[in-house]
Amino acid sequence: MSQKLLLDATALNITLHRLACQLIENHGDFKQTVLIGIQPRGTFLLNRLTQLLQDHYEISDLLSGKLDITFYRDDFRRSNEPLKANSTEINFLIEDKKVVLIDDVLYTGRSIRSALTALQSFGRPEHIELLTLIDRRFSRHLPIQPDYKGRQVDAIDNQKVKVHWKENAGEDAVYLLKNKEN
Amino acid sequence: MSELSVDHVLGIKYLTPQDIQLIHQTADQFKEVINRPIKKVPSLRDITVANLFFENSTRTKLSFELAEKRLSADVINFSAAQSSVKKGETLIDTVNNILAMKVDVVVMRHPNPGAGVFLSNHINARIVNAGDGAHEHPTQALLDSYSIREKLGAEVMVCGPATLIPKHIEKLGVQVELDLRKALQWCDVANMLRVQNERMDISYFPSVREYTQQYGVNMELLQSLDKEITIMHPGPINRGVEITSEVADSDQAIILNQVENGVAVRMAVLYLVASKIKRN
Repeated sequence: MSQKLLLDATALNITLHRLACQLIENHGDFKQTVLIGIQPRGTFLLNRLTQLLQDHYEISDLLSGKLDITFYRDDFRRSNEPLKANSTEINFLIEDKKVVLIDDVLYTGRSIRSALTALQSFGRPEHIELLTLIDRRFSRHLPIQPDYKGRQVDAIDNQKVKVHWKENAGEDAVYLLKNKEN
Repeated sequence: MSELSVDHVLGIKYLTPQDIQLIHQTADQFKEVINRPIKKVPSLRDITVANLFFENSTRTKLSFELAEKRLSADVINFSAAQSSVKKGETLIDTVNNILAMKVDVVVMRHPNPGAGVFLSNHINARIVNAGDGAHEHPTQALLDSYSIREKLGAEVMVCGPATLIPKHIEKLGVQVELDLRKALQWCDVANMLRVQNERMDISYFPSVREYTQQYGVNMELLQSLDKEITIMHPGPINRGVEITSEVADSDQAIILNQVENGVAVRMAVLYLVASKIKRN
């Protein structure tokens, strides 16, 4: 395994600010908007963005939640790894709201497909947008594209994109991992 | 650990502590699901579950059926009262006929202890024991322990007439107390069990009235304790026998919470059992 640094802490910080500004551009005061982070890794990005929006851009009353998609995944009983559920924390209805789904890496698009199904249990939103920190351009299995993206990465199937946060890995960084033998 | 160590849920004694923890953790997520505006997830869309009830049951059957439906499984119901069992069909024949209809999971209540284990050795489907007579009722035990989870690892004491307490039960690591007041004074949670007259072929105590006097819980008794204890009951309640209405309907009782938790726990059990059936 060799790894290449895609974003360091400074670059990641700039990207987060840009994403926050793009959200403000489209959602103004966020009165009709809810931010939903996909469990488990999307919630780190969600927390960072809400923190930025509240502390730096002074957006108050930001509604946000965490969505677990385990029970909606399409690889139940197909994957070799058993699926472990995380908690869902959405204490509001998303009826007629603008929803921004937030995840760290967009790859096949299947998680997002599951999340779209899961969201139906919380009402009928006005529309849903997708924000991802990394958009892996190749090997999409479904017609799903992000509305906001931090960085587009051309990675092939045996490569892996790993997002580290201070909260879970002690540093802010994004790496591209490669298998040497390939 | 995110997989059960067993293929069938036949009894608590076959589960590891990790299994129980996994079931409880998964039940947490399902409890959130069943409190949503839309209380359904698509996980078991391609799983068929047969509920085979060779003995009457209301709560367990409804609870399992609801759990299966909230997981989007296809459900077929069978009760012995209206079936060919009355015509003399054997258990294996009955179940094999049902399995020929491509059933993946069997939830079974049967009056004979060990019926689930017996079946699991002879048929090709996952079995969840929904009560096998005087033996085990694992999902009830799981939902009871889920309801008092913060006290898991608790010390356990059994209390009742000596005739109803199994011999050598203290070898399982529980204490035995014949005096109800002493037992209540000792505990934080009391799980009142129903007198199962249907399983008593001989008389274990002189009369129901005497049982109530010795082992019935009433408000007066609870208030005379120097602490407030939590009262549980698996249902159905014999009001006025093991517990008075006043106690059953009081804030100290968490009987209806147990029922709600029952659906979440059964969803967790079915989800975890089904997740081990690999698709080709």
